This record gives sequence, structure tokens and C-alpha cells, in this order.
Amino acid sequence: MISTAFEYQRANSLDEAIKKLQETGGRGKLLAGGHSLVPLMKLRMSEPGILIDIARIPGLAGIREKDGKIEIFAATVHHDVASSALLAEKCPVVAETAGEIGDPQVRNRGTLGGSLAHSDPSADYPAVMLAVDAEIHLKGPKGWRIVKASDFFQDLFTVDLAADEIIGGVQFAAVKSAGYAKLHQRASGYAIVGVAAALDVKGGVITSARLGLTGAGSHATRMTNVEKALAGQPLSAKTIEAAAKIAGEGIKHVNADIHASEEYRRAMIPVFTKRALEKAMARS
Amino acid sequence: MAQISITVNGKVRKADVEPRLLLTHFLREQLNLTGTHLGCDTSQCGACTVLIDGRSAKSCTIFAVQADGAAVTTIEGLAKDGQLHALQTAFWEEHGLQCGYCTPGMILSAVDLLQKNPKPSEQQIREGISGNYCRCTGYQHIVNAVQRAARG
Repeated sequence: MISTAFEYQRANSLDEAIKKLQETGGRGKLLAGGHSLVPLMKLRMSEPGILIDIARIPGLAGIREKDGKIEIFAATVHHDVASSALLAEKCPVVAETAGEIGDPQVRNRGTLGGSLAHSDPSADYPAVMLAVDAEIHLKGPKGWRIVKASDFFQDLFTVDLAADEIIGGVQFAAVKSAGYAKLHQRASGYAIVGVAAALDVKGGVITSARLGLTGAGSHATRMTNVEKALAGQPLSAKTIEAAAKIAGEGIKHVNADIHASEEYRRAMIPVFTKRALEKAMARS
Repeated sequence: MAQISITVNGKVRKADVEPRLLLTHFLREQLNLTGTHLGCDTSQCGACTVLIDGRSAKSCTIFAVQADGAAVTTIEGLAKDGQLHALQTAFWEEHGLQCGYCTPGMILSAVDLLQKNPKPSEQQIREGISGNYCRCTGYQHIVNAVQRAARG
């Protein structure tokens, strides 16, 4: 399948990319790994007139610890996140989630920033970004702007990102007691339902919890009812069992497609919530 | 048109290409390297897998302009001085193919896997080739072949 014709440009800095985006007058799209965009272009569901390749911008890929937080730059490919020794030690759920995306070839090319900007309703990263309460750092013509993950994902393929802004990276406080559990769509690897759970635990008591759900609705969301049910409770299998039961309650719209009916997806939300919480407990 | 220069199987190949030309079509139609197969054309089946700077990638999901300046290895570039690569020999000896359509992609994915993990478990091999489909469903012999290559 061949995409519509486009003009190809390359940017060597974020500022150059922003300037180029402005010059396209809305006809331009950014290209990094291309593993969300290129398939859409081949299906002609996306027909940008200009592609601005940002994959070669120096310093736009990498993972580091900064001021007690973890920072992942936007053009970091999933494989590098999945195999990061820093993440394995400090915040294994992020590496675990990256390792669940697609397949090895996809993980060698696809990038964190691309996945977040695209916000596929079945993408894995949005769920874990919600669970670790990540800040998404965006750069536009007026400089940097920080958006909480919980505000970033707004609707189907819709995020808080202006046409002339670029994701530079994400920052989050490391949390060890966190896990990701996912029901795979076998051919594509996308999540039919995916749940990322992070627990803050003090003296055997859950002081707070954050749960991100993907695959179920138009975009990834927090499951605040489960979070409230966990907060203040002793960390135990019983607590998890009870809290997971109410996962998905109150969600108005749940997706249905050839892979899973709405009823099936609704049934799987508590199942995978429990599994994610069990992983989180095992790491606490 | 865009000017590109890609080192394919050790040889620098320069060309003027339309930006929308996929790497898989560049390899197959402009360089006549038809060992790279095009299967599903939707980033799933892995028949089009090549190595870009040593890492496995689906060439149906990459514009040739994105690989400008990179080193690409296709199945035609694996044998050195007339000697088959250890994985090619192992696929032969273990009969790791039936129709052969998925084989180039399977082998290149296995090259990436063994670079990252020279002694993979059976489960790790199955995960390592999870981006490649064999519609003859001959997975067992493929796994056997990767195990044989890993044993050396």
C-alpha cells in the first residue's frame, strides 16, 4: 500500500522542527519512528502534505535520572526503554510496559513520544504514564509547557498538543511497587484491555494508588474509584481482590470491535486490574 | 524527489526516490533484492524484516528516506565469502521452513535476537520471533533451528 505523496523535511533541533511545523500551515506532521503514522498513511487515513523527520535531533533520545526523577526523551525507542537498567532498578513497570508493546521489530523503531502523541485507544504507554503520574514536557513557539498525563489524553486520538508543539520527553517520580497487565490482541499486540497500577505503600498500608486503563474506551483514563477503594487499606490480597471488583464500574462507553465485544471488555477490566495490582504488590 | 544513500549489504547505494517509497519497495524493485518479502503490508507479519544498523525492523513500515545514511542488511547480505550464516545453516539442517515465504524475515529476527541474547531459552526464542508469522505454522522447526544456531 502506497501513501499519498508528501514533501519530506528533516529537522536538526526542536526549534527548527517547531519553525518548520509553523511554516506548513497545518499540513505538516512530525515523523520519528513512524510506527503509528506510517501505517495510517499507507491506509490513507492520514494524508499529511509534509513530513518533518525529527528522529535525528541530537539529544532527543535517552533515559536519565534528574533531580530525583526519571526522564525519558521523546524519541527513545520502546526497546531501549524495555531494556533500560535504570528503569529495571528504579521503576520496572515502565520497562515492563515498553516490553509489551507490539513485537521486537516494532519496539526497535517505535518511540515514546510518537505513541503518546498518537494516543491510540489501545496503546500501552498511556496507561503506564497515568499510573506513574508522568509530566509530559511539550515545546512550542513560546517555549516549554508541562502537562500532566491525566490531562494530556483527551479523546480518541486526541491529546493536549497544539499543531506547532512537540513532545520533548516525560518526567516522573520512580515507583517500584507498580505493574502492568494486558490482554493482547494476538496479531497486532495492541491491548484489548491493559491496566497499569502503581501503589504508594507505607508500613504495610496503601497510602495512595494510581491506576491507568487502556483499550477499553476512547482514550486511556485513570480508574479513580479503584484508587479510592485502595487508599488507606492494608496491602493484602484481600484488599486487591475487593478493589479490583469495582474496576470499570461507571465507565459509560466501552469499545467493541472484531477482537472483543463490549461485554467481554467490561468483564476483562476487573481481571486485568487484579493482575496489575498483584504485580504491584509483588514488587512492594 | 529526495536523494538517499544507504549502505545495503556493505555496498553504498545512492538513489533519487519519491519520499513515499517504502524501504521494502526500494530493496525489491530498485535494487532487485527480492529476498525481502512483502507479506501483510500492515506491520504485523514480519516477512519484510531487515536489519537497520543491526536492529530488526519491518521494511514495509519505513520510508526509504528514513533509512538514509543507515546500514541495511537483507537476507542476501548474511552469507560471507560463500559461507552461509550460522542461522541459515541451522534453518537448513533443522528444516526450519516449509513454503519459505517467512524465512528471510524469521532469520533476520533471529539474528537480532541472538545478538541481544546469545543463549535464549525456548520461551525467549518464541518471544524473539513473535513479530514474524509462519502461515505454514512450522514454528517448532524454526525454534529448533534458532536453538541449534545458538548452540553453535
